[in-house]
Amino acid sequence: MQLVNWLKVACGAFSGMTRGDSVGGGQKAWFLPACRALRGAFSGVGRGDSFGGGQKAWFLPACRAVCGAFSGVERGRWGKVLAVLCLAGAPAIADVLPDDRADVLYHNYTGGGITIQGPSVLVRKKVGDNLSFTENYYEDLISSASIDVRLSASPYHETRKQESGSVDYLHGKTIYTAGYIHSREPDYKSDTAYFSISQSMFGDLTTVSMGYRRGWDNVYRDVKVAGVLQNDPTFHERADHRGYSVSVSQILTRNAILDVNFEAITDQGYLASPYRKIRYLDPTVAGKGFTLADQIYPNTRTSTATSAQFKYYLPWHAAVTGQYRFYNDTWGITGHTIEVDYTHPWRKFIFDGSLRYYLQNPANFYSDLFPRANYQNFMARDRELAAFHSIAIGLGGEWDFDFPWIRKKSSLNLHYNHLLINYSDFRDALLAGDGTYTAGNEPLYKLNANVLQLFWSLWF
Amino acid sequence: MQNRLKRLSLGIVATLAAGTAIMIALPAVAADPSGPAPQFTLPEKGGGQLSLAQYKGQVVMINFWASWCGPCRQEMPLLEDIYKKYHKLGFTLIGVNVEPDSKAADDWLKATPVTFPIGYDKDSKVSQMFKVSGMPTTVIIDRKGNLRYRHISYKPGDEGEYLNTIRAMVRE
Amino acid sequence: MGKILATALVMTGLLLAGCSPIQPWVKPYEREHFADPIMSFSRDPVSSSYLDHVFESREGSRGATGGVGGGCGCN
Repeated sequence: MQLVNWLKVACGAFSGMTRGDSVGGGQKAWFLPACRALRGAFSGVGRGDSFGGGQKAWFLPACRAVCGAFSGVERGRWGKVLAVLCLAGAPAIADVLPDDRADVLYHNYTGGGITIQGPSVLVRKKVGDNLSFTENYYEDLISSASIDVRLSASPYHETRKQESGSVDYLHGKTIYTAGYIHSREPDYKSDTAYFSISQSMFGDLTTVSMGYRRGWDNVYRDVKVAGVLQNDPTFHERADHRGYSVSVSQILTRNAILDVNFEAITDQGYLASPYRKIRYLDPTVAGKGFTLADQIYPNTRTSTATSAQFKYYLPWHAAVTGQYRFYNDTWGITGHTIEVDYTHPWRKFIFDGSLRYYLQNPANFYSDLFPRANYQNFMARDRELAAFHSIAIGLGGEWDFDFPWIRKKSSLNLHYNHLLINYSDFRDALLAGDGTYTAGNEPLYKLNANVLQLFWSLWF
Repeated sequence: MQNRLKRLSLGIVATLAAGTAIMIALPAVAADPSGPAPQFTLPEKGGGQLSLAQYKGQVVMINFWASWCGPCRQEMPLLEDIYKKYHKLGFTLIGVNVEPDSKAADDWLKATPVTFPIGYDKDSKVSQMFKVSGMPTTVIIDRKGNLRYRHISYKPGDEGEYLNTIRAMVRE
Repeated sequence: MGKILATALVMTGLLLAGCSPIQPWVKPYEREHFADPIMSFSRDPVSSSYLDHVFESREGSRGATGGVGGGCGCN
């Protein structure tokens, strides 16, 4: 096979290599087993599922979880949420560990009948020269009267708590990271473990990161009994997640850097919401003209996302960033994300502006209104899976100052984002039957949300 | 789609893992320094010119640093201590600042002053002559003007190695 | 397609293993801009991960949000 021939050449090159002083007799022997293993791994690629037990053992040391990971799936009535909290922060440079710091953040999301606010506290501390520990505590205090909640349930309040911790170990030009995230709310618990390796190479111009992530979710359901919300003991489902990611960061010039990321995620188990409903056309229902029914989701989902981020240093001491991400999954959803950011420091301040555009094509089992009951095997009406485009603008200000007494660098930050989502196939079903609209002809739903972040940082 | 995707992902991971494993296995390539040190002249902080020739006969340690480099800043006070200790024994230390604009370096030196001479290598000519391949880089030149020692990077504890090398060379 | 991919993967592996004749074209003393926090992809991780979380909870897309790398390249 052509590939195997190429690898023979490569391995032959390695074994004969005597460049410089770095490859001597002792080193040669090291390469060959690695080359043979690699060749063995690849010779299985073209021949179907040969990544079985023997090969896996070789890969596991090399599979790491890089940032951009997700913790558990945050479900419940706030909808399908993947709580992205790799708050260990990506090991940005594989030659120095990130600086020690503490951040205290207040976050507030208000829009579409939902308010979610809470704290996020992060502490990162080095122990010795090679170890760095990061801890984060995060809370969402949720008050929801969203369009989905008002359609099929009743407004509720809930608190989600999340704790995460990770450790970074620096060895030469490599950073090894291991972390754990635990998230819990009354009807959803999730645990995630991740592992990643980040390697600086090629004169430190290139950083390659690889990551592996594994999540375990437990889904419960709350029901109203005599007006009081309590756990439904008959309902307990599970969901598992696996993620693989690869990132390559390349310094292009003195002023430009390019990052390319790839992430594949696989979910298995109960992936739906115990609360959200689908609706189907039902002329027998006077007024509204539709009936609600349970959603039926597939029990697997595999997705891939590929993105590139480009950052350029502008000559007047500012920075501009351009990003694009393409997303695709086995549910038929495709998503394009484009974002442009501008950062401008001025004296003791740093100002940020951002513009983000997102376009999504719907899941192939999504519909706002199904023609009849049991129309197809899988049915969903979750607007997160609908067709829509969204625009988000962001503005941020940072004030840097020396913290009194201890005289360490400190900053106070305020960030504001406005999110506008225009749905192409999700309608405001609450308006059906009020005299003006019939089922399926209600106006398309629009969401406007304001996101506020106020935080203080200290480097020590 | 899932199978092809899985194989592709694992293929990419395998390649990168192999490359990474080989990279980790390779020891840091540090060409043994040898031969006469390149001669240079640089503008000096405080005015005037600084040239390597004026220190012939002494043991000269050159530290290539920048104010934006964390480990460099961490190292400077320790270099100051070394300079103060061995200055009278025929040893000198030159700090070569590699920044094209020296304002940030001067501001930092105002807050953390040092007494050893600082030269400005604004066009990176001296950095290129000495083949600086990492920040910070420290080289030591013996009394005859030959390059004898090179150390790239700084981690707390490295100054012990510097001291041993200086002590040995000062006795020559 | 398979041959092209295979060749690309092997070349990448060789490049990463340092078998390349190309020398780093941005020298370590030329990296002052990358040490500047404004050139970091994630200057405030606690804030950028929260915002990623907001978008991910409203959309169907997930993953590949990170920016890694850069930095002063010291040590």
